[in-house]
Amino acid sequence: MSTIANSIFSPELAARFDKLVTLYPVKRSALVPMLLYAQDEVGYVSEAVIQEVAQRLDLFDLDVRSVLSYYSMLRTKPAGKYNVQVCTNISCMLRGGYEILDHCKKKLGIENKQTTPDGQFSLEEVECIGDCCSAPAMQVNYEFHDELTPDKVDEILDQYAAGKILDSTQKDGK
Amino acid sequence: MADVTITVDGKKITAPAGSLLIEVCKSAGIEIPAFCYYPGLSLQAACRMCVVRQEKVPKLQTACTTQIAEGQVFFTDTPEVIQARKATLQMLLGNHPLDCPVCDAGGECELQDMTFKYGAADSFYAEPKNHREEQKWSPVVYFDRPRCILCYRCVRTCSEGMDVFALAVENRGSSSTIVPNVPAKLTPDNLAHLDCEQCGMCIDVCPVGALTSGTYRYKTRPWEMNHVATVCTHCGDGCKTTLGVRSTADGSEIVRGDNRDKSGINSDFLCNKGRYAFDFANSSERITQPLVRQPNGELKAVSWEEALTCVGKKFAELRDTRGGKTIGVIGGNRLTNEEAYLLQKFARSVLHTNNIDHHRTADYVAFAQSLAGTTGRAASLRETLTAPAVLLVGGDPTNQSPATAWNLRSNVRLNGARLYIANTAEIKLRRQASAFLQVAEYGYGALAAFLAGDDSAANIAAPDSAALASFRDAIRSEESLLVLIGNDLRGAELKRLIDFGLTIPGTKFALLADYANSRGAADMGLLPDMLPGYTPIGPIDTQDPSSRIALEYRSPTTPGLDLLEIFEAAETGNLSAFYVVGSNPIARYAVDPATLKNTFVVVQEMFLTETAAIADVVLPAANLYEKSGSVTNSYGDLQQVKKAGDRAGVRSDFETIVRIADKMGADVRKLVPFGPVSNAGGTRADMGQTRGAQSGEADRHAVWLTANNLEPRLSPFDPSAILDEIQRLVPGYEILRLQLLSGNDQHLSPAAAPIRDNAGLVQISNRRDLVLPAGDTLFTSGSLGRYSAILNDLRQFRPRQSLIQIDVQTASD
Repeated sequence: MSTIANSIFSPELAARFDKLVTLYPVKRSALVPMLLYAQDEVGYVSEAVIQEVAQRLDLFDLDVRSVLSYYSMLRTKPAGKYNVQVCTNISCMLRGGYEILDHCKKKLGIENKQTTPDGQFSLEEVECIGDCCSAPAMQVNYEFHDELTPDKVDEILDQYAAGKILDSTQKDGK
Repeated sequence: MADVTITVDGKKITAPAGSLLIEVCKSAGIEIPAFCYYPGLSLQAACRMCVVRQEKVPKLQTACTTQIAEGQVFFTDTPEVIQARKATLQMLLGNHPLDCPVCDAGGECELQDMTFKYGAADSFYAEPKNHREEQKWSPVVYFDRPRCILCYRCVRTCSEGMDVFALAVENRGSSSTIVPNVPAKLTPDNLAHLDCEQCGMCIDVCPVGALTSGTYRYKTRPWEMNHVATVCTHCGDGCKTTLGVRSTADGSEIVRGDNRDKSGINSDFLCNKGRYAFDFANSSERITQPLVRQPNGELKAVSWEEALTCVGKKFAELRDTRGGKTIGVIGGNRLTNEEAYLLQKFARSVLHTNNIDHHRTADYVAFAQSLAGTTGRAASLRETLTAPAVLLVGGDPTNQSPATAWNLRSNVRLNGARLYIANTAEIKLRRQASAFLQVAEYGYGALAAFLAGDDSAANIAAPDSAALASFRDAIRSEESLLVLIGNDLRGAELKRLIDFGLTIPGTKFALLADYANSRGAADMGLLPDMLPGYTPIGPIDTQDPSSRIALEYRSPTTPGLDLLEIFEAAETGNLSAFYVVGSNPIARYAVDPATLKNTFVVVQEMFLTETAAIADVVLPAANLYEKSGSVTNSYGDLQQVKKAGDRAGVRSDFETIVRIADKMGADVRKLVPFGPVSNAGGTRADMGQTRGAQSGEADRHAVWLTANNLEPRLSPFDPSAILDEIQRLVPGYEILRLQLLSGNDQHLSPAAAPIRDNAGLVQISNRRDLVLPAGDTLFTSGSLGRYSAILNDLRQFRPRQSLIQIDVQTASD
């Protein structure tokens, strides 16, 4: 049961948040995980999310915005169903990360931080995603793909388009 | 903590262990520059300007976060340190627009000073500057993003100092920016706004010109103004505000109000009223010519001579034909002490009446009488910053006395003071309180009784009796207590609370009133039954020192009519003349103007208020920013008022009272004991101190005398002559003149005579409305506030209700 009346989140997530705030010495420590979970469910951090999260943690909306704007993995606009994040940080850059990024742009017909008109894909250039030893790498939602070549990228994106690869979060049935 | 000795630049310095290096160096006269460090706020170490070399430590250390320990050796001025600071400046200037020639801060900018000092004129940063348009966050707060150096002072002062949390930083790295709490996408005009108390502290602490004030921006340069440190005219805290003034065609105009040198009783703080609401002085609605009502009912502008002659003749005639008892006098809460004293002396000794009162916003008579016979029990405003425990009963300092609120917050934050609040409303300061007690409506008297031990009062005092009991236990366990009392307590309730407090040793008290000199008006005897210094009016006894004033005045020995009785007398046709100096009782007490139709009404006022509008003669008055003298704040802190602005045509109330007395044929020298003490001649000329700083040779001489702490006292219009008399006659006003003239505050305790057997708190107990708290907020200031365009602007400037979080939500940690 949620402690917040008329929560915008699903009953499961609301219950999870109720528990989350009890896990830390100070409530506001739950802010970043809460925003991430909320983003997974809502698709992005909306005004409504900001307000409810602030309310749950006894913060001002301004505090939430402050943290939200700091982290690049938190977004305030909806992304595509598959959010393609291509790393161009040093290891990936040396192993052709920019080629991969350019290839994605061409293949999807969108620029960095844009979404395809059908809402299927969005593209983002990101900093290190921790897969340097198998660079170049990209992340689609929560799924890693590494040792990429343009051909391999085509294959991967086609499979997503065909609905053949399920996101790990979807696999869990969440 | 124990003292330790460190070496800075070869100099041995001893200071308590754990002190911050930057503060230790400052006390030792070694300057370490810093942008982000601000005394009293949390440490940020963001700007890297304060770096120093510490022996045996591999990297440069930030002096603002280095706590000292025994034997440490520091170097603050080596080429390495200087180079590091220069590099920091180069980076800060990387995106700084360098628009100093038009920037408000130019000339008093910390970044400009440091650039000048370290010579970081060239830079290795060749990237184009990233320009952003200025943003108007409120009528008084503007933000120029490129000028910002991200020191976070504004963010911290707003959250920690003001407890408002209206500013924060968004984004990261070089994209970081200060943002207000109402984002652009939520506002109808698509612009970001501030939902806050509009205090302007963020502008004050900004080391550069990123935050600028709506009332001052682009108007002038700092070096083109004269800066006059005087006392704010608005609330009862009496903050020092420095007014920047500039000559105009008809006097001198106030361009800016700020807390320039932070040398006042308010230390770091100044609220929106002290900072912006000086604009009434420049208002075009001001009366600048005397007005006399003509037989056809119209007010006609006449010369001063004509108006004064008219008033003098009529007052003398009415006094002689109908008696002084038919004349009523009302003084103001923003007059100087000297004016208030002079007014009551004029009323008593020239008009021969004790019918004199003022709009009492707090019951200082009961306060002084309750403390009669005690010493050292009245608190100074300064003690709100240091007292280990504070009990606040009633009042709402955040709105009514913002400097008190600031001090209490700082005291809790920096010294861990315990704040106990008992209030009928959930005032904002409860967020700092160790205990907050919700008092039942009209429950303050019962609360005082309960605190004193009367358990039967519990159910009237507060709805929650368990909370009430633990509140009392907490208070009783305190060894010394500062009791701040809101002006909703008066008469017997007030006395009961003070009587309880007096049972705790070391308790000190203060009663909070509403205006700059509310306390002074009462201290100076603008009261029907009290002479100055709360000396009761009664039969004269030549042996009794408390008869000294009455003996000198030769005034009536029976108490006069109070403010309400004066209007009752008018209703029954027993008021022949009514003299109002700087007050608006008609509006304040909702008096029907028709009651005064057969009364000769004289009003000294800046504006055509409801009271001035019904007057037979209106005399244009100078305001507190246009005169010199002294005022006493709610706590009894006496401070000097200095003339800043000037308006052609108006005169100080002091001068006008003297001139009326003169026209009545009174001996002016008896009223104002001016001239050399020996009275053996000497200069009698007005040396210009009544006319301000732009009036020629004589003024320069007066300025020179004042600067050398010599007093001109050569003219009947010189307040210092009356101050001499106040010092000589008024109990409790043993003033240190040098302290006053140096612009410092000094604390005075009321010295009321002990209450005589059957006398006492008569009036207040059966006439509660005689003490009428003004109930002003941050955006109102009595009748005066209506003539401040900026206060009206700010009052109307509120974000949509749904966006307002400040009032409703508590901040975390």
